[in-house]
Amino acid sequence: MSLFPRPAPALEAHTEAFWRACRAGRLEFTRCVPCAWLIHPSRPICPRCRGRSLDVAVVSGRARLHSYTVNHQAWFPGQPVPYVIGLVELVEQDGLRLTTNIVNCPLDRLAIGMPLRVCFETVTDDVALPLFEPVEPA
Amino acid sequence: MTDKPERQAIIAGVGQSAIGRRLFRTDLDLTCEAALAAIADAGLRPEDIDGIAAYPGPIGGPPGFAGPGIYEVQECLGIDLRWHLSGAEGPAQISPIIHAVLAVAAGLCRHALVYRTVSEATAAADTGRLGIGAGSHEIRGFGAFLIPFGAMSAANWLALYARRHMHEFGTTREHLGRIALAARRHAGLNPRAIYRTPMSMEDYLGARLVTEPFGLYDCDVPCDGSTAVIVSTAAAAHDLPHRAVRFEAVGTAIRARPSWDQWEDITTMAARDAAAHLWSRTELKPADVDTAQLYDGFSFLTLAWLEALGFCGRGESGPFVEGARIELGGALPLNTWGGQLSGGRLHGFGFVAEAVRQLRGQGEDRQVPGCEVAMVGVGGGPVAGCMLLTG
Repeated sequence: MSLFPRPAPALEAHTEAFWRACRAGRLEFTRCVPCAWLIHPSRPICPRCRGRSLDVAVVSGRARLHSYTVNHQAWFPGQPVPYVIGLVELVEQDGLRLTTNIVNCPLDRLAIGMPLRVCFETVTDDVALPLFEPVEPA
Repeated sequence: MTDKPERQAIIAGVGQSAIGRRLFRTDLDLTCEAALAAIADAGLRPEDIDGIAAYPGPIGGPPGFAGPGIYEVQECLGIDLRWHLSGAEGPAQISPIIHAVLAVAAGLCRHALVYRTVSEATAAADTGRLGIGAGSHEIRGFGAFLIPFGAMSAANWLALYARRHMHEFGTTREHLGRIALAARRHAGLNPRAIYRTPMSMEDYLGARLVTEPFGLYDCDVPCDGSTAVIVSTAAAAHDLPHRAVRFEAVGTAIRARPSWDQWEDITTMAARDAAAHLWSRTELKPADVDTAQLYDGFSFLTLAWLEALGFCGRGESGPFVEGARIELGGALPLNTWGGQLSGGRLHGFGFVAEAVRQLRGQGEDRQVPGCEVAMVGVGGGPVAGCMLLTG
């Protein structure tokens, strides 16, 4: 069940593949072939080595909670609150982060560093959002 | 660096429109009021203005955010221009001031009118305060990775920074509260501030939560108002009705990923890089600063600026603001006009106006005694610009 009616990310040139992969149940990132750097958001060049040869890597979906905030403010009329916005760092690469929602987690369990795994919430026929939940069930 | 461009320009005048909640005036009307006040303050006539710059220009954005474009203002004032610029990208909202310094130093113009205008309070009168992207079905650009997750305000994005700072350094909500309380105390001494009634730590901690650890009083107050400054050639300094305010150094650097959530170390901000850049352009040191006007769109930003500018060590801003050090009478009075938390969200330029007034000795009941050096730091997250000004 959705936390709230969500605006969807537009399918734009460099990010469409990311959102479509989420819809198919995969968390994947653009990867630089020469240096293996995962590039997020996707770009047409590797910001680390300026490599132009890019492919795609599916990742484990495992992450740790880097920071979080419990949001109490309704940003549009009728938006249910509170909900948890998390900043998660994927285990595959230091600094590879997603802003997301932490779900299936009581507020008193939230702790920076806690292990998380991805789950997906479908928002349109083309797009799902990567959300995260505790690895250890409540 | 004796021939640096900062030496070739001064702030000759400053002016503000009425500032308030829901003035129900247009942003163009407010801008004309501020511009004429600033021009008169500099002892000039509108015909003397030959440059104009603004942040962010007519980009759209949330209601009441952008203010009028520079050509609307040019037309209203009936002025001819040799130099003109606006834009939303650059070293924070003071970007057009820094660009005006360069334009004046390069001889492109002699007297540049630079303004920032907001009418966010009037714009929200019918709808309440909406999040970014509220009502949109599709989100484009960097917001696509934030807004669908309900991270619909910079409050959310920066709450993540503040929480991480707390985790790594033991910073507390009471430390954030010290920023809000100092601002409120100073606002009580500023008749133009929005919120002037005294506030206690209990009031602060008891306010409703917005996005933890931020409560209502950690977030600046939307308002209507325009601030204008006149950046003039230093050759005009002797003609002014007031003491000229000089640019000692500016800082504009950004040295990490320009992103809210991919920024490598979210206990720091771009302020770190802008500050280091500024200090590389001057012989002055943090101990020389008499007052600092540091951005407080959210309380945490001021803590981050204190660390960035070297007023305290990394991670030490919480203990630094304990006691009365940052209040008038303390060693480093901060945000002496009330900041955006209590003075109103003038979006960066309120800090500039206050620095000018303090350096001229026009701070009235809130004057910092013997104020000769003032720091202005503006921006948050991956956005930052700063200026060291002298009287």
